[in-house]
Amino acid sequence: MTKPLVDIRDLSVTFSGERTVHAVNGLDLSLPPGEVLAILGESGSGKSVTLKTLLRLLPPRRTAISGMIAVDGVDVLSLSGRRLADYRGGTVSMVFQEPMLALDPVYSIGDQIAEAVMRHEGLGRRAAMERALDMLTRVRIPSPERRLKVFPHEMSGGMRQRAMIALALACRPKLLLADEPTTALDATVQIQILLLLRELQREFGMGVIFVTHDIGVAVEVADRIAVMYAGNVVETGTVAEVIRDARHPYTKGLLAANLHGAVKGARLEAIRGAPPALERPPEACSFAPRCDFADERCRTAPPPMIVPGPGRRVACVLADRLEAAE
Amino acid sequence: MLAYLLRRLVYVVPVALGVSLICFMLVHIAPGDPLVAVMPLDATAEQEAEMRAAYGFDKPLPVQFGLWVAKAATGDLGRSIATGRPVAGEVMTAVGNTLVLAAAASLIGFPLGLLFGFVAGYFRDTGVDRAVTALAITGVSVPNYWLGMVLVIVFSVTLGWLPAMGAGPGGSRDWGWDAEHLRYLVLPAVTLAVVPMGIVARTVRALVGDILSQEFVQALYAKGLMHGGVLRHVVRNAAPTALAVMGLQLGYLLGGSILIETVFNWPGTGFLLSNAIFQRDLPLLQGTILVLALFFVAVNLLVDLAQTVIDPRIKRT
Repeated sequence: MTKPLVDIRDLSVTFSGERTVHAVNGLDLSLPPGEVLAILGESGSGKSVTLKTLLRLLPPRRTAISGMIAVDGVDVLSLSGRRLADYRGGTVSMVFQEPMLALDPVYSIGDQIAEAVMRHEGLGRRAAMERALDMLTRVRIPSPERRLKVFPHEMSGGMRQRAMIALALACRPKLLLADEPTTALDATVQIQILLLLRELQREFGMGVIFVTHDIGVAVEVADRIAVMYAGNVVETGTVAEVIRDARHPYTKGLLAANLHGAVKGARLEAIRGAPPALERPPEACSFAPRCDFADERCRTAPPPMIVPGPGRRVACVLADRLEAAE
Repeated sequence: MLAYLLRRLVYVVPVALGVSLICFMLVHIAPGDPLVAVMPLDATAEQEAEMRAAYGFDKPLPVQFGLWVAKAATGDLGRSIATGRPVAGEVMTAVGNTLVLAAAASLIGFPLGLLFGFVAGYFRDTGVDRAVTALAITGVSVPNYWLGMVLVIVFSVTLGWLPAMGAGPGGSRDWGWDAEHLRYLVLPAVTLAVVPMGIVARTVRALVGDILSQEFVQALYAKGLMHGGVLRHVVRNAAPTALAVMGLQLGYLLGGSILIETVFNWPGTGFLLSNAIFQRDLPLLQGTILVLALFFVAVNLLVDLAQTVIDPRIKRT
């Protein structure tokens, strides 16, 4: 088996402050080079926190991180100063959810891309601008020469997200993190951006971790899916495995709650209850209070990790039995 | 842009007219007769009428105003009742002195305010921030004429290091760029700089704190910038608003501070204005206020133009 590009082991992230939040609790995740992983989960499940931890973007004063993260053989949690800055944007870069907020409003698009190139590759301004132009062309922005001089507020939402992607890919990262990159966009633009990301991923041969709460999006772009709940991965597998053969009751609930194929007038299947507040680290299965199949074992101890097949894991005592029931 | 500039320049006319009218009416509503001060106590009714006619006070108010505006348009602001000298010359000398004081106060207050504001905003909620904020609030809250008097007591009376009064040796009213004159500038300039320093520091602190909490700062770190590189972006984002605040403060400073100029006997516009008010010197009062209003309009225009240059989101057409 090849060495994974991303290897996360037993990662826990805790925010302190007015309220303590155990956002991520003992997460294990790995990604082979050149693959696309979609992290699927609802708001507050810890998916964005996991991405930001990968880039060490969380405020150090209020965040306690434990566990191990290796990206391309680099121990991410031990990086600091210039080496951390080299890693950010060089090895790993990120596309944010809302490009209007993530781009500096008073710098032109070209300047913002060129700045990253000059920082990481030591190129002069002119060469960096040429790279910026090349990147805008690659993300299929029409009349890229003109767009170099344009400011974020002068572009449409879809164009801004393309520019954001151009910025993220300008230094040829090995890993791209995308934090719900299409959530803020119109439906028609969403699909264009997803296809573009997929194409660029193949073109550059990079690994992508894609965070979304939309199963349709995950199916569209990903090779593998990791379903997160209450700061941990409850189920992973290839897209086909997870969609066709979901083992975890939460994954089944998510799939059932999908609007596609819903009959008009019929009641939409929704998971009852609300996710836990995570003020304390979970001591049992976090999903048990909302689970129709939960029994005594679920409420007393953390669920075991069951491995139904290679590269496939489900954190549920019932993972084997549920399969038998179908 | 050029059309915008021209239009703004045309707007100056109604502003100046409005200011003159309000000022003219206020002065005439206020009780007291300007001629009482300059007329001999035993003047006859004929002498009084003659005097009134000489200054044009015998005509109806609208006519007086019309005549004054017509002359002002040619640069003639009339003669001071108290001194008999042309108002235009008096105002220009005072404006020169106030400019010197305002420039000195800006050179002290703005850089310190910017520095303090940045440091406090960058290290928000730390000891540094609290110390700077306390200093800024003190600066804004302390009555500056009181501070001026304290400084005079300490540095002039007790220590004897700096002169307390006037703009030059021997009560000279004409400014000169030499060490002797500069010594007279120190105390009033420092006193005058305290409030703008505090206001700029507090504004910039809030501004920097706000910018640092925006997502694009996280995105800048995410693309590999170090603290210095991120700081450059923060400065550029804070610049338009900081500039607007400084422009406004500069406008106030150019207006001259009646209190500070009185405390230090500084022969600027504020000093001139307070004298004109106390002596009911109508031509002098009107002339000074008109010139000050034009100054304010000019500074605002300059700030607006500078903002369009710095901030691409602002378009003026």
